[in-house]
This record gives sequence, C-alpha cells and structure tokens, in this order.
Amino acid sequence: MPLANLAATVPVTIDADACIADKGCTVCVDVCPLDVLVIADDKSTAYMKYDECWYCLPCEMDCPKDAVKVEIPYLLR
Amino acid sequence: MTDKKDDIEILEVDVLVIGGGTAGPMAAVSVKEKNPKLKVAVLEKANVKRSGCISMGMDGLNNAVIPGHATPEQYVKEITIANDGIVNQKTIMAYAERSYDMIQKLDDWGVKFEKDETGDYNVKKVHHMGTYVLPMPEGHHMKKILYRQLRKKRVQVINRYMATRLFKGKNGHIAGAHLVNPRTAETAVIKAKAIILCTGAAGRLGLPTSGYLFGTYENPTNAGDGYSMAYHVGAELSGLECYQINPLIKDYNGPACAYVTGPMGGYTANAQGNRFIECDYWSGQMMLEFYKELEGGKGPVFLKIDHLAEETIEEIEEILHSNERPSRGRFHESRGTNYREKMVEMHISEIGFCSGHSASGIWTDENARTTVPGLYAAGDCGSVPHNYMLGAFVYGAIAGEDAADFCAENELEDIDTTEINEERERVLAPLNREDGIPPHQMEYKIRRLVNDYLQPPKITRKMEIGMERFAEVREDLNNLKANDAHELMRAMEVHFILDCAEMAAVSSMYRTESRWGLYHHRIDYPETDDQNWRVHVQTMKGEDGLPVCSTRDIEPFILELDDEEKDAYNKLRVSKKTAEA
Repeated sequence: MPLANLAATVPVTIDADACIADKGCTVCVDVCPLDVLVIADDKSTAYMKYDECWYCLPCEMDCPKDAVKVEIPYLLR
Repeated sequence: MTDKKDDIEILEVDVLVIGGGTAGPMAAVSVKEKNPKLKVAVLEKANVKRSGCISMGMDGLNNAVIPGHATPEQYVKEITIANDGIVNQKTIMAYAERSYDMIQKLDDWGVKFEKDETGDYNVKKVHHMGTYVLPMPEGHHMKKILYRQLRKKRVQVINRYMATRLFKGKNGHIAGAHLVNPRTAETAVIKAKAIILCTGAAGRLGLPTSGYLFGTYENPTNAGDGYSMAYHVGAELSGLECYQINPLIKDYNGPACAYVTGPMGGYTANAQGNRFIECDYWSGQMMLEFYKELEGGKGPVFLKIDHLAEETIEEIEEILHSNERPSRGRFHESRGTNYREKMVEMHISEIGFCSGHSASGIWTDENARTTVPGLYAAGDCGSVPHNYMLGAFVYGAIAGEDAADFCAENELEDIDTTEINEERERVLAPLNREDGIPPHQMEYKIRRLVNDYLQPPKITRKMEIGMERFAEVREDLNNLKANDAHELMRAMEVHFILDCAEMAAVSSMYRTESRWGLYHHRIDYPETDDQNWRVHVQTMKGEDGLPVCSTRDIEPFILELDDEEKDAYNKLRVSKKTAEA
C-alpha cells in the first residue's frame, strides 16, 4: 500500500544551543504524557518527533535550562 | 522485569494498579497503608511524575463535603438530582462520608487549599443547591506530592508500559495483565491477585471541532484503555449512554473556567452578554441549555468576566494561567483576548466517557469492586457519578483498602499460556505487517464517525449507520500498520477507541427515552420515561463479540428526595422575570 508523507508544523520547539541532552539530560522526554519528544541520534538535542501535543507544559516547566518552548498547535491557535 | 518463561517476561505482584494519574497513586499508597507487606506496582503508560489529567495540577476541589458548609446527605441528594435519579446512592454516600478525611489527608501531605483568615477552608458555591467548591490557587504541585508518597510507601513504579488486555484465572477471578512498552515494543505479563483500573476517561472518543486529534478536553493519553480492557475481560459497564460533554473555551478545548470565576462574579453569557443559565455547574441539563442557546441564534456562548475589577481579573489570571491547563494564557494572548476587554468564546466539547463529570464508567459498587472478582475501578473510569478529582482520591483509597483485604484471602491464579501468546500476537501484529493503514488515519476516521453519528442530539437511524461504519473499520484493524513502538501504542489505542465507539452507540440506542439533558438527548424519544427507564443501562461483551445491554435496578435510595428538589436541575434556564431584573 503506497503511503504519502504529510508534513506538519509542531508546537514544541527546543533551543538546541541551550539543551543539555549531550550531558545525558532527558527531563522533557521523561515528563511528556504523550511521549512525543525524543533525543536526537547524535545526542545533540531533544526534539518533537510526533505531532501529538496536549499543550500541557510539563516539558517546558521542568526543563532545567529553559530550552523548551510550547506553542498552541497551529490548528487550534 | 524478571523471570523469563518461554520468552515472556512475567512479573508477580499482589496488587497491580493500572494508571498512575490521580486515583492510581492513592490506590497504591492505600494498599501499602493497609498492609505494608503486600507487593504493589503502579503501571503507567507515561511517567507517574506528570501523568494523567492533573499533570499540571488542579485549581480546586469541585465536590468538597466539609462540615459547616455541607453534609454528606446534602451532597448525595444534589448528585442524585444532577444525575437524574440514575445513581446508586450508596456509592455517592461512601464518597461523601470520606470526602473531608481525604481533604485533611491531602492537607497533611502538603496540598495547599484556600483558607480564610481564621484558618477555615474557604468553600464557594457553584452547584445549583449546595456549597462544595474549595479553591486550590497553588494546586500546581499535586503530582509532586503524590510522587513523594509513592516513594515513601515503597510502591514499585513501572513507567512507559501500557496494559493491552486483562486475563482471568480458571476460577473467574482476575489473574493478570498483558503489557507492551511504547518505546521498545517489548511485551510482558504481570500476574496479580487484584487489579485496580485507574486509567481515566475515554478522552479520544469524539473529534474536537479543531480537527486536532490530541486537542481534547481530557488528557489524550486516556484513550478509553480501562473501559476496553474491562469490557474484554467480561466486566459490566454502566451509564455509557450518559456521555461526558463539557462547555469549553472554543478551539483551546480546556475549561474556561466558571468554577473559578463564578464565585468572583464571572458567568456564562450569550452573545448579548446576558446570563441564560442559573448555575454554571456542569450537568447534562446545563449543557442542553447551552446547546439551545448556540442553536437558537443567541450564540455564541461566552464566559463573561470583562465587567470585573482589575484586581479580581489579575487574581483570575494568576490561577487560570498557572494551574490545570496553564497554556490557556498563551492561547488567549495569540487570539488577542484580554479578559478585561473581551468575553471568552466557548463551545461544546467532543463526547467522551468519564464518570468524573457525568456517569459513564466501569460498574463499581461502594467498595470500588467491579463485577469481576479481584478487579476494581476508581477515578474517571469507575461509575460513581460526578466524582471529580477528590472522588478519584477517595475511591482510589477505597479500592486500595478493599484490594488489600482481597489479597489476604486469594492466591495468584495461573494464566493460560495460549491466551498470553494469542494476545502477544494480536498486539505485535501491526508492527509485523509489511504495510497498511497508519494508526492516526484510522483513529481520525473512527472519531469523525463518532461526531457524525453518535454526537447528541442522538438519532436512531444515524446511530445504526454509525454501527455499520464501525463494523467496516473493525475489518480494517487487520490492516493496521505501525512503523515503530510509538505508533504501536497508538495502534492499540485505536482498538480501545473503536470498542468505546461501539459501546457508546449500542448503549445509546438501548435506552429509548431522553435523560440527562444533552448527554442523552434522543430526537426519536424526546421525553424522559421514568415508568420504564428509571434503571441503569449495563453494557457487556456479547457472544458475537459486540456489546449487549441489559438493565440493572436502582438500589433503594437511602435518602428520598422531595418533589421540589427533584426538579431543581430541570429549571436551569434563567426565567424571563429574573433576566429582566
């Protein structure tokens, strides 16, 4: 069955310069109820992999470096 | 996890709590308080630190029964009336009698409630009749407090595992659960003497009008897991036709929130800025008036606080933008909605199952027992109506204590290996398939059909067509494809959602009357028929694998209602005289 790629803007952005994933931090990934954040393969930063956000904010509130920014998903804004 | 048998990891505990949101941690802690020797595990699809619908805390208790402000008897009567008489009063009384003790326990644990200058709880009136709302302006720390207790009582926490099905032993008692890890797709089995389902609402049933699958009222991780698992293991469910439908901020889809703003002078208004309902407490009757206002040309409906004093608005902003759904603030900002200048546009939520606000749940008695021995349900997935967060705590405690007693008299049951293997194969099938339909596409279709065919006003012919479409999607389940473990979690949730959709349709068609205002507003049967339908409607899995319904008599009331009280929630519309005054 052929599948199409459908791009979507995501509500959670992470400042890669501020993110300390390279030091082993996984706080935002751990607290997300929907499990939509992951650490990049090269461990440089966390990022939002799945567009399944409840805009609930634990990732932003619990980040020790204020690197996470949650916006309201585009469809709702 | 330990003990590999035939490549299946099997863990053994005395009590397994499924869901670590609100009721779950309290249930686990209560088992330990009753008997510290018991082995208790909390299974959580996410992480207990921030899981469930109170992941960012809660701004207040909606049903506090505090001496001097309300009595258990008043509360039982109020909820009996708000839920149109279809209640087991014993279950509400069991909550009400422990409500105050639970508040004190939470207070001891460090939860901060609003108190007046004398140190008394500062309870507010929001309900139609009694006074039960206790603000928690600093309620954002709730999950931290619960986590501390889990650690202190040495409860085993298993994060990032989801339960897919429950197993029974040969004697018909609950025996265990099948799990899958949403990051690695590893499967496992936990054997338990007792299982407490605390899996929350079925929050991904209807599709929000924004079209965003995860922009739901409930925490969308609550996909109806417990409802589906209880159904497949043969438990009775109740009141599923009494949908949850809430008045919410349009598009944002969170509470506006009249319980916070009401006592400060805010109210629900129509487009002219006029009040049209007497009381902002969420009930089906209130939602019907809301619906009529929207449909009747006087909408949209708004939350009106633009007339309040600056310091009051600042206080409201402080509470609403730091608790429960704190991103409300940035939503309003991006829309240019300043509470001082503009009313907040509201709308009607998608449908769901949730006893926290309505009455749809897994049938439980006053001990939180389901109809399967050893299986309990507490919180939003139980069947105690209008139970809210404090009810989840109280019923979590009740379930935990009763489960501890159950363990004293029962052993672990064997689980049939064939059953385990079949379940593992079912769960892993979407991952093993070469290609097929992605979970999000199938989910969108089911939930769009729920809106088209099941959303009130309910119409028999539409619900019949809905069932035909659901049957087609059920065939498509054999073609569901997950590309990774995360998508596999969503694929299993699609199964839960479809089960809930079919249960919603069948139970709604079964009750041939209208009741609970908008929640069960049937066009073909517009009248409430107390003669024939003053009964619970129970739903179970039938032999053909589809839901079947039956009635269950209402237990004799412990508190009779007088005639004037009975009708109170049917008189929510502001009368012409009041409106002109």
